[in-house]
Amino acid sequence: MIDDIRSACDEALAAVASAHLDVVDQLHAELLGKRSHLSGMKAKLGSLDAEERRVAGSALNQAMASVSAAIDERRAQAQRAALEARIDAERLDLTEAPPVGRRGHLHLVTQAWEQLEDVFVGLGFTVAEGPEVETDWYNFEALNMGEGHPARGEFDTLFVGRSDNELPGESGILLRTHTSPVQIRAMLAQEPPIHIVAPGRVFRRDTPDATHMPVFHQIEGLVVDRDITMADLAGTIEAFTRAFFGEEFTSRLRPSYFPFTEPSAEFDVRRPDGSWLELGGCGMVHPEVLRAGGLDPEQWSGFAFGFGIDRMAVMRHGVSDIRDMYVNDIRFIEQF
Amino acid sequence: MKVLLSWLNDFGPFADPSDESSVETLADEMTALGLAVESIDRIGSGVDGVISAKVLRVEQHPDAAKVRRVWVDAGEGQERHVWCGASNMAAGDVVALATLGTQMPDGRTIERRGILGIDSEGMLCSETELGIGSDGSGIMILPADAPLGVAYTEAIGLEDDVIFDLDLTRNRPDCWSVRGIARDLAAHRRQPLASPPAGADYVEGAERSVPVALEAGDRCGRFTTTVLSNLAVTESPEWIARRLTSVGMRPINNVVDASNYVMLELGQPNHAYDHDAVSSGLRIRQAKSDERITTLDGVERVCVTDDLLICDASDAPVGIGGVMGGADSEIADSTTEVALEVAWFESMGIMRTATRHALRSEASARYERGVDPAVADDAIQRFASLLALTCPNLVLHAGTVDERGSALPSTERSVEVRVSAVNRVLGTEFIADDLPPLLDRLGLRVAIDDDRMSVAIPSWRPDISGEIDVVEEVARMFGYDRLGRSVPRAAVHGHLSAAQRRRRELRRVLVGLGVSEAMPNPFVASDTMALAGVDGPTMRILNPLVAEESALRTSLRPGLLAAVAHNEHHRREGVSLFEIGHVYPPGDGDLPDEYEALCVVLAGRNAHDAVAAWREIAAALGTGAMIDQGTRPGGLHPTRSAVLRSGRDVIGVIGEIAPDVAGRFGVSERVAVFEVRLDGILASEPRPASHRVVSRMPTSDLDLAFVMPDDTPAERLERALRQAAGDLLVSCELFDVYRGQGVDPGTRSLAFRLRLQQRERNITDADIAAVRERCIAGAERLDATLRG
Repeated sequence: MIDDIRSACDEALAAVASAHLDVVDQLHAELLGKRSHLSGMKAKLGSLDAEERRVAGSALNQAMASVSAAIDERRAQAQRAALEARIDAERLDLTEAPPVGRRGHLHLVTQAWEQLEDVFVGLGFTVAEGPEVETDWYNFEALNMGEGHPARGEFDTLFVGRSDNELPGESGILLRTHTSPVQIRAMLAQEPPIHIVAPGRVFRRDTPDATHMPVFHQIEGLVVDRDITMADLAGTIEAFTRAFFGEEFTSRLRPSYFPFTEPSAEFDVRRPDGSWLELGGCGMVHPEVLRAGGLDPEQWSGFAFGFGIDRMAVMRHGVSDIRDMYVNDIRFIEQF
Repeated sequence: MKVLLSWLNDFGPFADPSDESSVETLADEMTALGLAVESIDRIGSGVDGVISAKVLRVEQHPDAAKVRRVWVDAGEGQERHVWCGASNMAAGDVVALATLGTQMPDGRTIERRGILGIDSEGMLCSETELGIGSDGSGIMILPADAPLGVAYTEAIGLEDDVIFDLDLTRNRPDCWSVRGIARDLAAHRRQPLASPPAGADYVEGAERSVPVALEAGDRCGRFTTTVLSNLAVTESPEWIARRLTSVGMRPINNVVDASNYVMLELGQPNHAYDHDAVSSGLRIRQAKSDERITTLDGVERVCVTDDLLICDASDAPVGIGGVMGGADSEIADSTTEVALEVAWFESMGIMRTATRHALRSEASARYERGVDPAVADDAIQRFASLLALTCPNLVLHAGTVDERGSALPSTERSVEVRVSAVNRVLGTEFIADDLPPLLDRLGLRVAIDDDRMSVAIPSWRPDISGEIDVVEEVARMFGYDRLGRSVPRAAVHGHLSAAQRRRRELRRVLVGLGVSEAMPNPFVASDTMALAGVDGPTMRILNPLVAEESALRTSLRPGLLAAVAHNEHHRREGVSLFEIGHVYPPGDGDLPDEYEALCVVLAGRNAHDAVAAWREIAAALGTGAMIDQGTRPGGLHPTRSAVLRSGRDVIGVIGEIAPDVAGRFGVSERVAVFEVRLDGILASEPRPASHRVVSRMPTSDLDLAFVMPDDTPAERLERALRQAAGDLLVSCELFDVYRGQGVDPGTRSLAFRLRLQQRERNITDADIAAVRERCIAGAERLDATLRG
């Protein structure tokens, strides 16, 4: 009996070893299933005496276990082979990758705009907005530029009407020439303390050239509270300069003139190489402007500043002609 | 404004023109005072290595007609030989010789370069080559008595000088004069304002007057006439001519030059008439309608009544007041007696006239800003003393006529200033006694009474009229850079509003969808909106730069279509662009109903792509809209477009650009598009989504295909199916649309896959069967039948 078991086992192990990998899943049933030779021998154990049965049974169990293990090993072998075959078959040159959908790109002005907003939000400002078509009152009158004020002429205003027959300025409607009207709107809308920046689109009757567009963008800042001083203005400009340009940049204020601030200043940024960049205008909010905003200049004081966004955008990327930003050529847009 | 350092130094001294660092310091100082220095030009420094030399003899080149051999002596008593292409020099002339090694302004270096084996030991220079003049026709001939072997600049008496170009602000009319700038500098340095070298003495003569009839006193505050006789019209002294030239004024003759010199130095425009022409008197009146005058520049001007004319005794205009003299008012070479007009005109009127006639003169530029109403006497005397330099027998006649008008500002103005107010604005800690030293040299005279100061304002500072104006002067004189630096404590924390955050989110989603941002011009031509199929009126730009920009857009589509066309023409088909920008349809009042909109164009794609993109964006923003194909939006493909509705409101359009519209904009591709109002979408932030526990129960898919008439939107069927599935629905997707064999014309088969799940237990066949029945019933109400 033992010999029979041994030879059946050898036979089965040989069958496993020679089995084709495709049929490895059928081996179990074939060699160990109910109808298999080894299972058949199990039935014969009953006819043996106790001692023989114990020895033969043990031998048979060992035989079946070794066949089962051989089948498992063969199966694992088959799986490895199949995996290798698949991996071989799936070889891919990754550099053959075709382009998928192109990523979109934000406009350079938007990128600069958001970056400026982020810096000012970090400095404690909120962001205010206002309409682009404005009234004369918000754009000029309330900003201490009453009718006939000579500074009005410097703004090259574009006037708006409902019909071509109207005279420019007749209805008092215009395209805002600066973001400063938002100052007035903010003061009228909320009680101080006011800490806002107002980025936005502005308009001038200006022939386009490499550095000018009739439609461009500014960001304006306004702080109104009790006891706001010119030192606060200088400190805020300096904080912005370092936050936006970098710690190695500094700023200076120098006297200038704007009807809506007094004292007024230009602010310049000093680059690490010692050269100066003229950035924008600023100053203490003029008492008349506070009054127009419904605030008593004896109770409240404030400062304002403003500068161009487009220039920030082109400077950052070395765009030599500002008009390029407005052609909407995808070959330009995709660069940034 | 250009100002010459040597002229400033007449009131100084302020800087040494030959000392680079003192010039730089002065420039920085002016900038720090608010007199921004735009550029610094050095003159007279010359070209190193160019010296004076005397021509000994000239020989013709034997072969080349245009080349001459010139022997010169540069004062060393030895001959040098140069080749020269010019022929205007002769033996005995003193010329400018560029010696070997000289670096010329144009970048050339003078080298020993021979012709025919004979070396040239330098080059003779023209004015152009030396960068000092425009005469390049021949060699520059220096004065015959010039010393030899010295720098040519020294030989012609050219001194080192510096021209500062200042960008002056509108509030500082006093700085439109050399004396005004010098006054600021002197005040800042706390040094006295010096008096310039006087001209020459003149004789005070008997009374001789030109009467003045000042009829427009509200426009002309002061009009003086002064008679000067015994003059001869000749050239100005060389230094006067040079100063005028260096700041861009052409020397004419001694009379005109003295007039201009006085204007530049004191800021007071003035005009010298030939006395004979105006001896019977002058009349200052407003013009008659259509009255004509030919001004000095030879242009005939047609006046309106708002213009101010200076007329002679016969009432014929001889000048436009404060702007420009008449062509006939010029003095002649034979003039021996002049009447000098020194006047003060109201600035707004001058500005209107100058603008109306597009005529900006040196005089109008100053009057527009505001001339010192009290400087006339200084100006008259300065004119006489300068003219006396060339007219030793000049007589200044007594009897100056000085008519005043109501427009003349008071010269006795003062402002109350509180020291506390100064400190409150500047963040300083001044006491009253600190302020007079800062202000008095500006001419602001301070009288202190405790916290209050009374500050007397000088006549040349019309810009100072209130406390805050004095505060600014304090800051300027103290130095902006010496004010402290602090940061206000913000009582609010910085943040973006919900709408601003959502706008950023929107941009990020669009970029993720492969759409790039464009910024077209919001100005369009009158017919652009109509061409784009967008109905309705537009707001007009009343003074457009060009006709193509005479209206304000009411839709973002035209701008993006133009951008698609541009890219198509550059072989970039298939661009995806968006714009977030304002549109300005007319409203009920004068102002438009301006709002922010989003427009997306997908070139080369179809309406389904537009819908897919819109749905993605709507989902990201937690918003939505009904696609109503029953309403056809203008400008869009009639059978491939819809309006987007939120409730009853139309918030946008979606679909494809109508082929004819695309053609009009030069676009040949199919263009998927949607345009929506953003104001509502950005303003209504959805509440944060509440968490639903993901069920572990098994799901089961139910595929159903219905045949439905073409004119019923698939979306309606989907809604019916979703309703039918109720709580069991996990998702519902349209996965196939079929038209063709087996489906009646005018209908299509729409196949949906519903994924179903019971949240608390295993889903059963009975559950699925019930949903199926409800779906079929729901579809039937839409005339959709289950496809067998």
